[in-house]
Amino acid sequence: MTTLIEVPDVEPDAVAPKSKSAGGGLGRYIVVRFFLIIPTIFILVTLVFFLMRVIGDPITAAQGGRLPPDVLAQRIHDAGYDRPIIFQYFEYLGQLVTGNFGTTITDRRPVVEMLSTFGAATLELTINALIVALAVGIPLGMIAAQRRDKATDAFLRCFAILCYATPVFFSGLLLKLTFSVWLGWLPVAGRVSTRTELTMGQLAAPSGIYWLDALRSGDFNALGDVVSHAVLPAIALGLLTAGVFLRLVRTNVIGTLGKDYVEAGRSRGVSEFRLVTKHAYKPALIPIITVMGLQIALMLGGAVLTETTFEWKGLGYQLVQYLNARDFVAVQGIVVLLAVIVAITNFVVDVVAALIDPRVRY
Amino acid sequence: MSTATISGRKKSFLSGLPVISHVNKSVGLQRGMLITGLVLTGLFLLSTVLAPFIAPYGYSQLSDASGSFPTQEAPSSKHLLGTTVGGYDVLSRVLWGSQTAVTVIVVAVAMSIFLGVALGLLSGYFGGWLDRVLVVIADAIYAFPSLLLAIVMSIVISRGQSSFWGGILACAFSITVVFVPQYFRVIRAETIRLKAEPFVESAMVLGASSLRIITRHIFKNATRTLPLMFTLNASEAILTLAGLGFLGFGIEPSSAAEWGFDLNKAMADASSGIWWTGVFPGIAIVLTVLGLTLVGESINDLNDPRLRGRKRAGGKASRAKAAAGTPQPETGSPEAGKA
Repeated sequence: MTTLIEVPDVEPDAVAPKSKSAGGGLGRYIVVRFFLIIPTIFILVTLVFFLMRVIGDPITAAQGGRLPPDVLAQRIHDAGYDRPIIFQYFEYLGQLVTGNFGTTITDRRPVVEMLSTFGAATLELTINALIVALAVGIPLGMIAAQRRDKATDAFLRCFAILCYATPVFFSGLLLKLTFSVWLGWLPVAGRVSTRTELTMGQLAAPSGIYWLDALRSGDFNALGDVVSHAVLPAIALGLLTAGVFLRLVRTNVIGTLGKDYVEAGRSRGVSEFRLVTKHAYKPALIPIITVMGLQIALMLGGAVLTETTFEWKGLGYQLVQYLNARDFVAVQGIVVLLAVIVAITNFVVDVVAALIDPRVRY
Repeated sequence: MSTATISGRKKSFLSGLPVISHVNKSVGLQRGMLITGLVLTGLFLLSTVLAPFIAPYGYSQLSDASGSFPTQEAPSSKHLLGTTVGGYDVLSRVLWGSQTAVTVIVVAVAMSIFLGVALGLLSGYFGGWLDRVLVVIADAIYAFPSLLLAIVMSIVISRGQSSFWGGILACAFSITVVFVPQYFRVIRAETIRLKAEPFVESAMVLGASSLRIITRHIFKNATRTLPLMFTLNASEAILTLAGLGFLGFGIEPSSAAEWGFDLNKAMADASSGIWWTGVFPGIAIVLTVLGLTLVGESINDLNDPRLRGRKRAGGKASRAKAAAGTPQPETGSPEAGKA
């Protein structure tokens, strides 16, 4: 009989959005959405903390074989890793709230410092890649939609799948082989050559985003150097996402091309080109903004691989260095840092989506 | 996704089988894409089965009767695809690599389906606090870069072990953690929808136990999309495996062949113009993922009447009419979000 009573239980799920929409308002949406960041970060921090502690304390992992047992035990005791784990957990949470992400074991640097040192490089790479992805994905998606089911469409769809199917490090390898080794047009790896780095080092308060710094230094050789280093990594990482954008734009433009207002435009004699670029294209862009949020998470994962491939000294590259050194405090710190970045980006993207499309707000 | 059952009004047993019915249903380019995918996937599986017979050497073989293999040797008649910096035969490692890939995919996807489906059914059916907690956790994991999660998991599981099964299980578990939220979401949503269906309600009225309702009534209906997700996730699993291998979390070259690991080693070769060590394992990854994705996508499109290519009979008019049944904007499909 209890099962009968359970039936109305379905209702709360259906009712919940309604009761929220009664509150309405963009301001309210932003506040609610902002507070949703906290549980997300909290869960990931908890998950990562306990997972990383399952394998034992970080000091043994990093320096296990190299130190005599009594020194090791003393170090573990000093760092407090011999206390009950739940105690350590709450202490860790307390540190995070005050912005302390821990100190690396191998080179004793605060993890937060890494954000300021290497964060800019990762940001630059992600922005460059996003530009490539949008510049490739959106126009090609529109072409594919307009030439639906023709050879062009088939070709572009295969291209999109190929983009997705190629791991960043393989496309990176091919790009390196072609443009750096055989053609010799572009540098093999790194963010900048040493000479340019010195030029830019003289700037007051460098932003760390090299093309910005190079622009400010007013040295066009430096700018050229920075750009030539940035091209291949941006393409390698950008193509990965370009495929997703291409498919998304294609599907959505096909959808809007069937709408009545597009038909009305066609009957008025608006050209097919204009129909696609003006009429059908804009409404199709809204889902792109939503997906971009998810893509940024994907790109940060891809950035780890891209940075390793091109020795691009950003957060991902650093993460791999610490992984190989078995410095798990640093790994945990960077992973949590990236989790915070992803959560905040998703928040921003959701707010932007709500600004553009009122239907998103609930 | 319901067309599979509709078209399954059995003409013959053979044409009722999922993939074959899809081939019959497809036309033109779509058929081409599906068949290309099937051929590539077939080749991949074939090389898995035949690796011990067609690979010229073992995956960790460094020498034969005529002495040890040269290192970084260009493709020749003795080593068709050359040798690596460690002196392994590239062709053999590419072929053996498919075995590793298949093992990891099967273990990872089987585990994630099992966990994801079980949690999704329970969470969707019973609701309440369990549901809330699981949804929040799944969402948190889903939003996180999957590769980072896989890295953390593989540290936890392998602790630097790299035996064949140790490495395989570490990779498989890491991938499982990434996939479970996806299955969980899909199955939970379906379960909630099905729970409101009359046939479930009538089963409740008849006094069927929750266990019976879940296993008999909901399970079969909620899991129809799984084969499709399997194909799409299999390709994602290969990419994650390769990514882990590339970062050095793969399996040691002496215990199994792994494409990502080989690519990692090949990175340094590329700068000096040695292309064969990296290009071939890379092509193997691309072709495998391409094949699986083509199959998955084609089946997805064929199952959706709005996306299915139409036979030419109606010409343009029928296309315009069909397009009016606007496809839903594709925003958050699992395969679009992650890779």
